[in-house]
Amino acid sequence: MAIEAVNVSVTINGEKRSAEVEPRTLLVHYIRDHLNLTGTHIGCDTSQCGACSIMVNGKAVKSCTMLAVQADGMEITTVEGLGTVDNLNPMQTGFWEEHGLQCGYCTPGVMVAMMALLEDNPNPTDEEIRMGLEGVICRCTGYQFIVNAVKHAAKLMAEGKSLVGEGLSQ
Amino acid sequence: MIPTQFDYVRADSVKQAIELLQDSNGEAKIIAGGHSLLPIMKFRITEPGKLVDISRIAELKGVKIEDDRVIVGAMTTHYEVANDPIVKQNIPVLAEAASQIGDIQIRNRGTIGGNIAHGDPVADLPAPALALDAELIIEGEDGMEAMSVDGFTLGPLITLLPENSIVTAVSFEIPPSHAKSTYLKFFHHATGYPVVGVAAVTGVNEDGVIDYARVGITGVGEVSYRARAVEEALVGQKVSEEVIQAASELATTDGEMGSDLFASEQYRENLSKVYTARALKSVLL
Repeated sequence: MAIEAVNVSVTINGEKRSAEVEPRTLLVHYIRDHLNLTGTHIGCDTSQCGACSIMVNGKAVKSCTMLAVQADGMEITTVEGLGTVDNLNPMQTGFWEEHGLQCGYCTPGVMVAMMALLEDNPNPTDEEIRMGLEGVICRCTGYQFIVNAVKHAAKLMAEGKSLVGEGLSQ
Repeated sequence: MIPTQFDYVRADSVKQAIELLQDSNGEAKIIAGGHSLLPIMKFRITEPGKLVDISRIAELKGVKIEDDRVIVGAMTTHYEVANDPIVKQNIPVLAEAASQIGDIQIRNRGTIGGNIAHGDPVADLPAPALALDAELIIEGEDGMEAMSVDGFTLGPLITLLPENSIVTAVSFEIPPSHAKSTYLKFFHHATGYPVVGVAAVTGVNEDGVIDYARVGITGVGEVSYRARAVEEALVGQKVSEEVIQAASELATTDGEMGSDLFASEQYRENLSKVYTARALKSVLL
C-alpha cells in the first residue's frame, strides 16, 4: 500500500518549520528527527512518563501520543523555547538554583509541564505543584527539589521576570 | 512502538467524515484526541488503513443545555469538561470524574466522545454517564439517533456504534435539584486507570427517605454497568449506615468482575462494595 507523505508545518518556539512525513509519524519523532530539536525526550512511549511533554497552542500535551499531522498549523513550545544558556527563563533558573534535577532526562518535560501550571496558577501551593506533577515521572529527585524549583520559579515570576523566553513569539 | 502505515484525512464537517468512512469500506477509524486509539495502534492491537481526523470540526465542541439535559460535544476535552461552568453547576459528578482522568497532559487531549465511544473497560466517564442516564448522539448514514450509554458497550473495545457513524455529542440528564453526587475511584498508580470507579447520584426527601438513586461502576470488569440492585435497595428507605451497607453489598450483582495481574476478581469484588459504600456515605450521610 503506497502511503503519501504529508507536509506538516508548525510554528515551533516562534520559528516556522515544516517537513514531509508519513502520517503515522508521532509528534515527538517529528520534533526530534525531522526538526532536529532533541531537547524533548522519549521515556516510556506509552503516555505515562511525560518526558515528551511539550505545549501545543499553549496547553501541555504528551507528544508521544499525538500525530505530527494533527499538529499541522499549530504553535508548539519545547524546552528549547524556554530560554538560552545565557538567558535562562525563570523556570530554568529555578531548576538551576534549587537543584531540581539529577540525571536530567525527565527535566525538559517537567519544566514545560510546570510552565503550563504556572500560566494557569502563578502562585501554586506545594500540593498544587505536586498535583501538577501527576503527568511526569522523575526517578531521581523524589520530587521535593522539583517542588522547590517550581516555587522558586513562581517567586521569580512574581518579581516580574517573564516566563516566556527569548525564543518565543507570543 | 510506531503504528503501522495508514492514510490520513482531516474532515471539515461531520457529513464529510461520514462520507469518508463510507468510502473506506471499513478500513477507516475516526481519530479525535487520539488518547484511546493511538496507544493501541502503537501496540498494533488495531491497524486501521485510514484515519479520519474529526478534531478540528468546530460543531463537535462545547457544552449547552437543551430540554433539561446537558449536551456535551464529543470533541470537548476532559480539561474543558472539568472546568465548564454549565457542567459544574448542573452535573458536577461529570466534572469531578473528568478531572480525575489520567493527568493534566492527557486531559488536555482526551475527549468525552472518545472516552465513552471507544468501549475501553478502564475508562472513567462511563460511570458518571450511567449515573446521569446519558445518551450518545450518533450521526450516521441514516441520519441522527440517540443511544443509551447503558448497554452501549458489549465488551472490551466492542460497542453498538453502527458502521460509518460518529458520536457527535453526549447528552446527560440533569438530576433533581436536591440530588447530591460524587465519583470515587481506586486507581492503578502507574496508569491512573480506575481499578474501581463508582459514580453515585442520590436524593433524599424532606422525611429523610431516599427518593432518587443512580449508581454507575467502571473499571472492575470488561464492561461498566449500572448497579441497579444497589439503587433498588436504597430507594424508599430511610437513610442510615445500615441501609447503605446492605445496598453496597449488592454492588457486584449487575456486573462481572475481571481479573488481571494487578487485581484479582475477588479483590475487585471487595473493592466494588467498599467504594460503593464510601461513595454512598459521602452523598447520603
